[in-house]
Amino acid sequence: MIRSTHLPLVVTILTFLAAFVLCSGQYPAMMSTRVVANLLTDNAFLGIVAVGMTFVILSGGIDLSVGSVIAFTGVFLAVILRDTSIHPLAAFALVLAMTIAFGAAMGAIIHYLDMPAFIVTLAGMFLARGLAYVLSTDSVPITHEFYDVLQSLYWKAPGGGRFRLTGMVMLATFIIGMVVAHRTRFGQNVYALGGGAQTARLMGVPLASTTIGIYALSGGLAGLAGIVFSLYTSAGYSLATVGVELDAIAAVVIGGTLLSGGSGFVAGTFFGILIMGLIQTYIVFDGTLSSWWTKIVIGGLLFAFILLQKGLTWATTARRKPLIDFAAP
Amino acid sequence: MTHGLQATLRRVAPQLMILAAVLLLNVIVFPDFFRIEFQNGRLFGNLVDVFNRGAPTALLCIGMTLVIATRGIDLSVGAVMAIAGATAASLVADGSGWVTALLGALAVGVLCGLWNGVLVAVLRIQPIVATLVLMVAGRGIAQLITEGTILTFVNPGLIHLGAGTVLGVPTPILIWIGLGALITLGVRRTALGMLVEAIGINESSSRLAGINSRVLLICVYLVTGFCAALAGVIVAADIKGADANNAGLWLELDAILAVVIGGNSLLGGRFSIVASLIGALIIQSVNSVILLSGLPPEFNLVIKALIIIAILVIQSPTVKHALYILRASAESAGVDTPAASASAPLAKSTETAR
Repeated sequence: MIRSTHLPLVVTILTFLAAFVLCSGQYPAMMSTRVVANLLTDNAFLGIVAVGMTFVILSGGIDLSVGSVIAFTGVFLAVILRDTSIHPLAAFALVLAMTIAFGAAMGAIIHYLDMPAFIVTLAGMFLARGLAYVLSTDSVPITHEFYDVLQSLYWKAPGGGRFRLTGMVMLATFIIGMVVAHRTRFGQNVYALGGGAQTARLMGVPLASTTIGIYALSGGLAGLAGIVFSLYTSAGYSLATVGVELDAIAAVVIGGTLLSGGSGFVAGTFFGILIMGLIQTYIVFDGTLSSWWTKIVIGGLLFAFILLQKGLTWATTARRKPLIDFAAP
Repeated sequence: MTHGLQATLRRVAPQLMILAAVLLLNVIVFPDFFRIEFQNGRLFGNLVDVFNRGAPTALLCIGMTLVIATRGIDLSVGAVMAIAGATAASLVADGSGWVTALLGALAVGVLCGLWNGVLVAVLRIQPIVATLVLMVAGRGIAQLITEGTILTFVNPGLIHLGAGTVLGVPTPILIWIGLGALITLGVRRTALGMLVEAIGINESSSRLAGINSRVLLICVYLVTGFCAALAGVIVAADIKGADANNAGLWLELDAILAVVIGGNSLLGGRFSIVASLIGALIIQSVNSVILLSGLPPEFNLVIKALIIIAILVIQSPTVKHALYILRASAESAGVDTPAASASAPLAKSTETAR
């Protein structure tokens, strides 16, 4: 018996499998480990940032700053590796500490000043992007032997697919994210907060530390995504990853998480990422479709999944439905 | 009438003060800021530029104010701008006149608004999600219309809308002031404004009171789509081309920011279009002060973010409440400073708005 709360997740997984079978029916070459490995590598940074976004959205908030934080991280790493002799690992630790602090500061403003997450993270988006500009407006290449070492780490699967380190980092992030969301007190607090801040407070959920923790987590994961992105491109560019926050939100929604918070799964986001990656792979394979179809198809998918969620909510609450329905805030 | 004017002035007083402060900053970094010249049949001056460059944000925030007053939000306005600009450009490229192109673009904008409105009002999808669909898909649709290129045009009628003047005043200024005045009068001289506020405060009770909230909600999104389309045509006419990728990019965020700086609650309810329009001018003045100060352009975004954070912190409910408590205790102690009494109505209106 599938519980209704699991149904969006099941539908997402089925959609992915159906789409994959359809695509590989048309282009048998898609059924190779190469395509699967590239799917993981190309979407690694998006996946990592989407895990953080899942937590934020589960709590009923939103984080618009992640794309800018990724760009800032990339530029910061490139500049610090160019200008100082610091080891990349130390630079990673430094930048992660900065992005976590940045996220925590946004969470603190949201909680203590009682301001909407939308506006606070919007200001954060401007700030992070602006700091990236201040560091450098040009694309700064990263040439450090340690980067070459990290980039050459991969496991070659039969069929020629190369499962690179960055893809593995994304998978690990998803697994840790699932454990944290479903098996820890912090995860339960996040769900409770998404169900209703007032109720959560009455139940004894520490609102301040949970809110700050959520945005610190999202900021930290955006920093990690920035590190992965800099490994992927070997450069830092302040104009990179514009609009990634929207892709991440779309992946979370396609993954079956309610944007109003309180309901959803980290695993769903993983399949949301894979579906979006699959659309792009299909367009590359097709060769005649233009890249703007990606946006239209993702928009259409978003719409379909929102309708599905709406239908499910309506079906499961029909018996308790009040005489007058009204729009959710 | 004078009472209404007084109430409006009282409502927008904080915004006017912020605007005055930012304009003062402009004068400090650039003493000739307020000089306006009349050359070649056109007004020139930095102040004129602030009004002219602020036109797209100002137009967007007219509709956005209404949507936010119903407790909604419209993330798709930037994408609708791109679609409308692309429509106008492709119509002109196909040999239509500028009137047809303008009407076509506006019709497309209204259609986009209808789509958003139906999703929100009939299908009952949260506004932020419902409009996200068009925000993501919209730029793809715009690129479909322009076929991936930047469509340029030379139609003088259409260009006049973005870069021309009427009696020496740049057309965009007249358009946004005109539309702002029209819609403000439309909602304030009739009961419409109050009905919109009622929906934002509590939709189910407004419906029990006999308000046709469904139709009204759709209408509000229609107005937003219309405003966005107009802004899109102006932006396209200004650069004599429709850029599906960059037209109106992130302008939805500027528009929402203008509404918030205008003191309107994102939780719906009481609204003031005039305050939002002043908010749009504040944002444009901030841009102008950064440009005029001659700082390296890299610092633009950082400074803008810091100024925005400062304005938001000043307006945040917690800080306002703390000020209110502070003032209340000062008054009970028999100390009534002029500053406290001048800003007292602000605190009162905040309390009622919450």
